[in-house]
Amino acid sequence: MSWTAVLVLAAGTYGFRVVGPLLRHRVAVPARVQQLLTDAATVLLVGLVATSALTEGHDFAGWARPAGVLVALVLVLRRAPFPVVVVAAAATTAVLRLLGVS
Amino acid sequence: MRSVWRTLDRRTTADIALVCAADALVGASFGAISVSGGLPAWLPVALSLLVFAGGAQFAAVGAVLAGGSAASGVVAGLVLNARLLPFGVAVADVLGSRWPARLLGAHLVVDESVAFTIRQDDPDRRRAAFWATGASLFVVWNLAVLGGVLAGRFLRDTDAIGLDAAFPAVLLALVLPTITERTRGPAVLGAVLAVAASTVLPPGLPVLVSLLGLALVARRSKVAAS
Repeated sequence: MSWTAVLVLAAGTYGFRVVGPLLRHRVAVPARVQQLLTDAATVLLVGLVATSALTEGHDFAGWARPAGVLVALVLVLRRAPFPVVVVAAAATTAVLRLLGVS
Repeated sequence: MRSVWRTLDRRTTADIALVCAADALVGASFGAISVSGGLPAWLPVALSLLVFAGGAQFAAVGAVLAGGSAASGVVAGLVLNARLLPFGVAVADVLGSRWPARLLGAHLVVDESVAFTIRQDDPDRRRAAFWATGASLFVVWNLAVLGGVLAGRFLRDTDAIGLDAAFPAVLLALVLPTITERTRGPAVLGAVLAVAASTVLPPGLPVLVSLLGLALVARRSKVAAS
């Protein structure tokens, strides 16, 4: 991956980010659209959680990783502190792999 | 900066600190995964400073480490970051009308700063939440990635310590409190569609497929209302 590739990704990403702040005073975003965009963000994040937890390329990620994420889900629902959630997820996955679960 | 922190209640400030701590783990793992996979040290550092989006950074580096081309890594990262466009619109109000703040603030539009901002209703608190989260995370994220890069030469197998489960765990802890009764159905449907799509679509695209969940459920509720 070259500097050119990094700069293209950086410029494109900044482009996406700056559209909203740039258009803010020229385009009035109706409350319903604003709500839809906020909902879209939530739906996208959940989609990102699901794909990064369950898939590796075109394939199933194996049982160890989703098991770790499932532990994270239970801990989040039980309002556990953030670092506990993350460390528990990684530890669960690591232990399962140590036991031979891929 | 002090007035920013004073505007936020202690619970929010503590939450932001915890998110920074958790993301430091993810950033360190990103740096470590990159260099232990054989990539040059400057790459994860430059991506973190200039792109500053964890998902896209993982997608870009992952594509290269998996043997994909740099172009496929860039496209995967850009497709993933397309979600920052609606994010930017959703938080545009907190960046005010001054140009330096708008242009600088745009770079701090990330999942976490948006998540903390949309949880607040009061304009002052929205602004404080955005800047506090975005600025703290930028500093912490880049230092953590640098630390991970330095430590990465000692880590040979990051999967063995479960680092790949940390990324979805972080996002899950962030997004779960923002899910309302209205978004629950679309989110679940979108997740199912995205995972199904990942069997055929190239990395980066399946996440965008999850938006279909929003469209389908919005349409259904519209029909039900009329």
